[in-house]
Amino acid sequence: MQDEFAVRMVNITKTFGPVIANDKVCLDLKKGEILSLLGENGSGKTTLMNMLSGIYFPDSGKIFVNGQEVTIASPHDAYLLGISMVHQHFKLVDVLTAAENIELGLPGKTVVDKKAIAAKVKDICDRYGFVVEPHKKIYDMSVSEKQTLEIVKSLYRGASILILDEPTAVLTPQETERLFTVMRNMRDDGKSIIIITHKLHEVLEISDRVAVLRKGEYIGDMATKDATAQKLTDMMVGRAVSLNIDRDEPKDPIERLRISHLTVRDVDGVERLHDINLSFYSGEILGIAGISGSGQKELLESVAGLQVTEAGSSITYFADGPESDGRELIGLNPRSISDVGVKLAFVPEDRLGMGLVGDMDLADNMMLKSYRESKGPFADRRPPHKLAEEVVNELEVVTPSISTPVRRLSGGNVQKVLVGREISQSPTVLMTAYAVRGLDINTSYTIYRLLNEQKQRGVAVVYVGEDLDVLLELCDRIAVLCSGQLNDILEARTATKEQVGYVMTYLKQSKDQEEKA
Amino acid sequence: MNTTSHEPLIHIAKRDSIVSWKAWLIRLASLMAALLICALFLYSLTKLNPLKVYGAMWDGAFGTDKRGWITVRDTMMLLCIGIGLAPAFKMRFWNIGAEGQILVGGCATTACMLYLGSSMPTWLLLLVSCAASIIAGVVWGIVPGIFKAHWNTNETLFTLMMNYIAIQLTSFLVAKWENPFGSNTVGIINQATKAGWFPTIFGQQYTLNIVLVMALTIGMYLYLRYSKQGYEIAVVGESENTARYAGINVKKVIVRTMALSGAICGISGFLAVAGASHTISTSTAGGRGFTAIIVAWMAKFNTFVMILIALLLVFLDKGATQIASQFNLNDFASKVVTGIILFFLLGSEFFINYSVHFRKSEKEASV
Repeated sequence: MQDEFAVRMVNITKTFGPVIANDKVCLDLKKGEILSLLGENGSGKTTLMNMLSGIYFPDSGKIFVNGQEVTIASPHDAYLLGISMVHQHFKLVDVLTAAENIELGLPGKTVVDKKAIAAKVKDICDRYGFVVEPHKKIYDMSVSEKQTLEIVKSLYRGASILILDEPTAVLTPQETERLFTVMRNMRDDGKSIIIITHKLHEVLEISDRVAVLRKGEYIGDMATKDATAQKLTDMMVGRAVSLNIDRDEPKDPIERLRISHLTVRDVDGVERLHDINLSFYSGEILGIAGISGSGQKELLESVAGLQVTEAGSSITYFADGPESDGRELIGLNPRSISDVGVKLAFVPEDRLGMGLVGDMDLADNMMLKSYRESKGPFADRRPPHKLAEEVVNELEVVTPSISTPVRRLSGGNVQKVLVGREISQSPTVLMTAYAVRGLDINTSYTIYRLLNEQKQRGVAVVYVGEDLDVLLELCDRIAVLCSGQLNDILEARTATKEQVGYVMTYLKQSKDQEEKA
Repeated sequence: MNTTSHEPLIHIAKRDSIVSWKAWLIRLASLMAALLICALFLYSLTKLNPLKVYGAMWDGAFGTDKRGWITVRDTMMLLCIGIGLAPAFKMRFWNIGAEGQILVGGCATTACMLYLGSSMPTWLLLLVSCAASIIAGVVWGIVPGIFKAHWNTNETLFTLMMNYIAIQLTSFLVAKWENPFGSNTVGIINQATKAGWFPTIFGQQYTLNIVLVMALTIGMYLYLRYSKQGYEIAVVGESENTARYAGINVKKVIVRTMALSGAICGISGFLAVAGASHTISTSTAGGRGFTAIIVAWMAKFNTFVMILIALLLVFLDKGATQIASQFNLNDFASKVVTGIILFFLLGSEFFINYSVHFRKSEKEASV
């Protein structure tokens, strides 16, 4: 039976306890099309796709694949139907090679015909324009290579319906382009693709059709050629949201913190940061851009006193500008940094693994850095309790109560709790790592507003980010890291996205060497 | 096309939260279910009246005044070890070395009783023995703590192996102190003078055991819940990264907490020797260092809940011994009864944390 639709999901409902993740959602995927699934965080995109790929089972509703009603009770069922999902966290075995990962779990005889597999892999790669080195180990691969391998693996297993969950979140602009090219090739070959993404410009660029979810409900779909960024945002958030982020000129910036000759090696002796020279100024937002893993984490953690640094590194804090006596922070731990009066706030990338204690409630998390302040052996619970109430009210944290463990809150609310606590100490330096990662548009704007407020108060704000649009709109200067080196510092008001993307990927030094050669 | 797959028969979903009366209802129901299964087991295998067997279990634990007090004494001992383990486990430090910590505490107490028994008044001797047992326990606890903090050794293996050292040390000391010569036991120490024995207070031999352990129960509850150090333990247990971020000296907390854990387990050794058996052997700890792990975890480190769990475990143990002797049952049969009851009680926690839905029948689903 021939059918125009590869997949039809009808009235799908899924609840988790009291939360309705999907409420009677209907979604169609035509054969040979790229469909963007758009929605804020918590709108139920991933849940819906997990039901299509057999990870969750719907409470009610029907799924049709190629016109036939099917029951998908496990990923194996999905595999038999030719449905494959590439998750944000890759499901690859680190110590095996690309080819071995493809073989893994395939039905067949004990002895595998490696030549046949290699030939088939090569055939897939040639057809769509993938580049896969079959004998490379996974741990030697970049994120982009791993993602490519995941897709090739799906195709090898005969997938005709591919679901990509935020595939571009981990890619550079150039890598994204390459991914889009192969996606178009796959579409032209008759594959049907669903791509989940937050980035509007990518939706407009890659997809044929866009479907929008909001708070678990299906809002509608439209052909991409009729869509604009504004229209889609309106559908996503339900009302018009200005995409402009406010940006004032920095007010009398003074040098607050000077990093010089900062070099960091990891436990294996690999250089993570190389001779960084950078200053944070009061009243400005300094953006830090770079492909993930370029040394952003090490840079912030060095300042926070959490990194062992190499000899010769120096981080000087100036209470009243560079004329005053600076205080050397290298060699101090987080506690002694705060003991010497440096008001440093740090919103780390790993919110529940570093910034907060997941099993503790909001009030207990509020005193993580201040519990020592009360006298005597017992901790005073009243001030953190009050602070928790203030944060919940002012930042509109959605929580059953302040005695709820923070692990049970959604990502956006977890971040509000963390940022709220850090700001409450009236810091002079505020460092944030991927402050809006995984947050919906509304919460992201709340965070931008908070950062701008801190900037106006004269705080030296550092914003490590991945969304170049936001970096260019929010920050005053952008420091670009590339392979642990400070490649360039750009004026955010004049720089272009291509410029930043270029500096992120091409190290100036190596360019110089090339020119010399 | 795949037509064989069905909607899964059972659906397991994590509960968001559960009201406490419901949780207790589930626990009660599982206890009832356990008793029912035990009854079937007993009747089918032995043709005994299960109610009589249950009665005998009660009789074994509380049938006479003396049995009742021994049950209380053993509960206090088990509770004390559980209290000692609580801070370590709350820090996610897998201290399975309580056995060894108890034994060295017991050895230290024995040494005090033997060598200082005639030269001090009882109150001073008790203080000295207690201090000595604490020091011995601290040493046994702090060594794996230091190695874990500084070189990240595996504490499970380390504490386990410390047990064997303690056992060998105890055998050596038993041989050294044996009395009478050739018996290979220490015998009852200071039987005539009762020097270093817990005194009889309010006409009761075990009053001091209760007072001491209750003080520790309250103290540990306050320490874990309200003190700054208790807060640090919780943070380190959850995530060392967070602890470092918060400026907590992780190494110091690990060493300090293991010293505390070892100290209280050492006190358990003091209780076992000076407060209960008045002798020492390699079986003085008797596996209670491991049983207490169940006490600490089941109570989720709430020391007041630990009282109940320690009592239950001791009750089951005494009951099992009683039915084995009274009905001439095989020892293993009575242990099966204990096992079934424990299994159901532990299993009930699953139903408290998760809800289970069964597939609706086809008719219902199509409506």
